Amino acid sequence: MWLPSYATPSERLLRTLVVMLAVAVLLFLIAPLFIIVPLSFSKDPFFTLPVREYSLRWYEDFFGNARWMTAIFNSAVAAVATTILATTLGTLAALGISRPDFPARRLVMALLISPMIVPIVIVAVGSYLFFGQFGLTNTRTGLVLAHTALATPFVVITVTAMLSTYDTNLTRAALSLGAPPTAAFFRVTLPNIMPGVVSGAIFAFATSFDEVVVALFMTAAEQRTLPVQMFSGIRDQINPTIMAAATLLLALSIILFFALAMLTRRRAR
Amino acid sequence: MNFSQRRSFAADKPIDALVRFEDVKKSYDGVNFVVKDLNLDVRRGEFLTMLGPSGSGKTTTLMMLGGFERPTLGRILLDGRPVERLPPEKRNIGFVFQNYALFPHMTVAENVAFPLRYRGISGPAAAAKVREALGRVSLDTLGDRRPSQLSGGQQQRVALARALVFEPSLVLMDEPLGALDKQLRERMQIEIKQLQTSLGITMVYVTHDQSEALTMSDRIAVFHDGRIQQLADPETLYNEPANRFVASFIGENNTLSCTLMGREGDLGIVRMADGSTFKAGSSSTSGTGAEFSLSVRPESIALAGSGAGTDVNRMTGTVRDVFFLGDHMRLSLEALGGQLVTARIPARRVGPFAPGDAVTLECNVRDCRLLEA
Repeated sequence: MWLPSYATPSERLLRTLVVMLAVAVLLFLIAPLFIIVPLSFSKDPFFTLPVREYSLRWYEDFFGNARWMTAIFNSAVAAVATTILATTLGTLAALGISRPDFPARRLVMALLISPMIVPIVIVAVGSYLFFGQFGLTNTRTGLVLAHTALATPFVVITVTAMLSTYDTNLTRAALSLGAPPTAAFFRVTLPNIMPGVVSGAIFAFATSFDEVVVALFMTAAEQRTLPVQMFSGIRDQINPTIMAAATLLLALSIILFFALAMLTRRRAR
Repeated sequence: MNFSQRRSFAADKPIDALVRFEDVKKSYDGVNFVVKDLNLDVRRGEFLTMLGPSGSGKTTTLMMLGGFERPTLGRILLDGRPVERLPPEKRNIGFVFQNYALFPHMTVAENVAFPLRYRGISGPAAAAKVREALGRVSLDTLGDRRPSQLSGGQQQRVALARALVFEPSLVLMDEPLGALDKQLRERMQIEIKQLQTSLGITMVYVTHDQSEALTMSDRIAVFHDGRIQQLADPETLYNEPANRFVASFIGENNTLSCTLMGREGDLGIVRMADGSTFKAGSSSTSGTGAEFSLSVRPESIALAGSGAGTDVNRMTGTVRDVFFLGDHMRLSLEALGGQLVTARIPARRVGPFAPGDAVTLECNVRDCRLLEA
């Protein structure tokens, strides 16, 4: 990182410029935090910076408001259901695709992760039109199914990565010792690929919990999720409660991020 | 009796064959066969080693026996029952993997107890069996450790205990000592062999290490190119290799080209490349004029007149290299029409040789063998 003592002045200047640029980029990336977090603690009903007086009134408003609470509840239900579905499907897909004799692996893998690549509006419109035929629009089931399609690729990727370092002889050993295939999977394979499964699950949860575009298309007022509520809040009435909600979402993301980081560290050990 | 017709009936198999491979072939891609026409009996209670270079088909054969691969063609009989379609968990075969395959999320004791759970053994009965199994491999005190806290040798023992705890009649081992250092490997070879003898289990062992095979085995099947080149006990294999491959794979060997001139009892009389006449043991039925390789071990070659006997082949040539190796000397001699002959000579008998010296060597005709060229 630091230059040796024999560096020339021009080298020092260049290094200083590089460091300054890096810091500037990092600041740019997290700049919204410097606006949203202070505003959420402001007493003013308008968005004014710098904050003149601090208070928790918008958090009180947030937790006291039935609309926000319903939105949080809806988001949590959708995210948990999506996580369970996506983790199960994604893990199974990764197991299948990692078999050495799996045919057309690259093609299937590309199809599986396509929801990550296709523009989100297209997924949303497509889901809306497709699920509409089955009466699944404006239902929680429809939302969960659409979110599962978006979240599964994350699980496929993390579990496939985990399986690439998994020693298949462990499964073989379990079989040779008399464990039926399902028991071998649950008692030997699954515990050993758990870090990959859990990281996939965290990504799946975050994908569903933060998702706004598909949710806008797929939900009516009763299924409205937290991001949708924020979005419509911004349109209807400018209210710093949104900032409180955003800060809470941010806190959740940070917690999930740390959970992932700890998981990766444990795996490395 | 017409054996080839009758042997497909399980009831007629000899009582001592625990495993029988019948015309087993294996191909992964449908074009190239990694195992070709394998016929092999593993006798009850024996230590059989499948020895060969990588890609010779030995590991594939073991995997088919373990149930992890299916033969493309042919039958595998285990205790008289065809098992080609029986999944591994129903075969009751102990398997020790190359990298041990210990379950990292379980303790040593839990690893060893794993197979007992699927045999309806639990509680104190299981604990007693685990203790006994760990005791057999001298790991009684380490039951609470995780595999990652053990040394390579200890992990190897745990894998062994786990494969033995459910008292299988057959134990398969896939290069189990490959990752250990030389000293530990030699100690484990003896321990495994002792366990096998004292428990009376049948073991099929795969390795590419010939000295390991010679140390441990009752019989060795030498694999090359998907076929068994020779199946014999270690001594026969070493002293009477069936072909050039076995001769060069097991130990060191000089293979010298020659032409068959005639016979004298069970000895063949051959003309060497330089025109001199040698005699050598031969089981071949080829006629006069056939091309052969004369094979002779370096340790069977001695300095002329040093007592190799009266019935000797003698060659004179120029010393190419001399190496002093403590208990013996390695002498490379250019002789018999420019061929390189290597001899291992007890060090105390060797005079001060230097490259370029003319030396005469001899070997007993009984130590020379003719192999199909």
